[in-house]
Amino acid sequence: MTSKDGLNDVNGRNARTVITGIGITAPNGLGTEAFWKAVLAGHTGIAPVTRFDASRYAASLAGQIDDFDAAEHLGSRLLPQTDPSTRLALVAADWALTDAGVSPDTLPDYDMGVVTSNALGGFDFTHREFDKLWSKGPDFVSVYESFAWFYAVNTGQISIRHKLRGPSAALVGEQAGGLDALGHARRTIRRGTPLVVAGGVDSALDPWGYVSQLAGGRVTTATDPARAYLPFSADASGYVPGEGGAILVTEDEASARERGVQQIYGELAGYAATFDPAPGSGRPPALRRAAEAALADAGLAPGDIDVVFADGAGVPELDAAEAEAISAVFGAGAVPVTAPKALTGRLYSGGGPLDVATALLSIRDGVIPPTPTGAPVPEAYGLDLVQGAPRDRRVRTALVLARGRHGFNSAVVVRGA
Amino acid sequence: MAHMTVDDVRRILVECAGVDDSIDINGDISDRPFDELGYDSLALMESAAQIKQEFGVVVPDDELVEAETPRALIDLVNGLVTEAAAA
Repeated sequence: MTSKDGLNDVNGRNARTVITGIGITAPNGLGTEAFWKAVLAGHTGIAPVTRFDASRYAASLAGQIDDFDAAEHLGSRLLPQTDPSTRLALVAADWALTDAGVSPDTLPDYDMGVVTSNALGGFDFTHREFDKLWSKGPDFVSVYESFAWFYAVNTGQISIRHKLRGPSAALVGEQAGGLDALGHARRTIRRGTPLVVAGGVDSALDPWGYVSQLAGGRVTTATDPARAYLPFSADASGYVPGEGGAILVTEDEASARERGVQQIYGELAGYAATFDPAPGSGRPPALRRAAEAALADAGLAPGDIDVVFADGAGVPELDAAEAEAISAVFGAGAVPVTAPKALTGRLYSGGGPLDVATALLSIRDGVIPPTPTGAPVPEAYGLDLVQGAPRDRRVRTALVLARGRHGFNSAVVVRGA
Repeated sequence: MAHMTVDDVRRILVECAGVDDSIDINGDISDRPFDELGYDSLALMESAAQIKQEFGVVVPDDELVEAETPRALIDLVNGLVTEAAAA
């Protein structure tokens, strides 16, 4: 069988792409095990914004990463030239590579690439430079602004730091883009690059970045952190923006085994992306097609999937549309569905990769983390939403869904190694 | 206007662009190439605004990036300072 993108690896095989390293920076946990423990315990990272005075803003909550000191992890040459989003991405990449046991001499530098997604750019950095421009003049604007704001900067900085000179890319697709990065990493591996660092990280919680997110119109104005972001709840009122994400090490399985890899979390077995029809066309949204195409790409039937990590927009009409798509693919209530992102807020490009990491940990430990809302799910959704306690269950496969504003839909299937 | 010294170069570079943890930039660095000290052309350009503030001269970008060592940068800046004083 050929892959969906028609690409086999250099030896003509439809080689398996596996995930061998995970690096997580999330509002409710720094590092894989801290995050996973928080997810299973239902510890939220959502809280009132403390990074600036948000008292006159329409919204007041965010998934902030408060215990991250960039100077602890990155040298002072990097600090003047990086936005908080890039600092988080660099540290997540460090951790993922360490987890995978990869160093610059693991493979030739041109055999290791980087594919990241980013949706928001460097708001915080740019905000400061604009402030200097207006208050002091153009001479005071940092030359590093030239790239610190840019969507591709995380790919570039990770590449430079670890001497990963293979084919690299940056993808932008709002909250769907992080899954697209993983899909493109697999494509890159099938084209002959044995190892690709891939994922997504975003952060825009400075005053300008925050208000820009509010301008999108889907951020909740709720003030109780435990009752604010409620995916699939009858009380859903919008989402809470967060910061962070996950960077993964993806590898050609044969190459990973040949180098004596210490662990394989699972296989990146399926991927697909679709785009919604134009508003007013009367045609249905394309999330269902993305899910079906990812399953087909993985060679799996709906009944083979053990859990769905949903996009979980937290906006009633979007939740209803996603529930309808899931029910159409699997049958009503036929598959456990969860949205642990309710503990972090929506992380844009970081959301999909973090859900994939969470799915891999579910596979590893045989447990489905709950959606921590505790709020009733409308009957009409027909969802078996995992709520309350984690659900112990053997997990072999997971489908991860993500939607990006203005029509992006992406789906990834992961399977235990 | 004051003239620039090698200590000024070191201080301004560290303030504007940080320092590579693995490189010792103490001691006499006058003739050590900037790339060996961990600084690229962007780091020099980042320092130009501070140089302008302290020494009152504008170093054109194309001349700035030609300076390969602290000594070359000092000569460039002090030449401009002397020129400005004479004008």
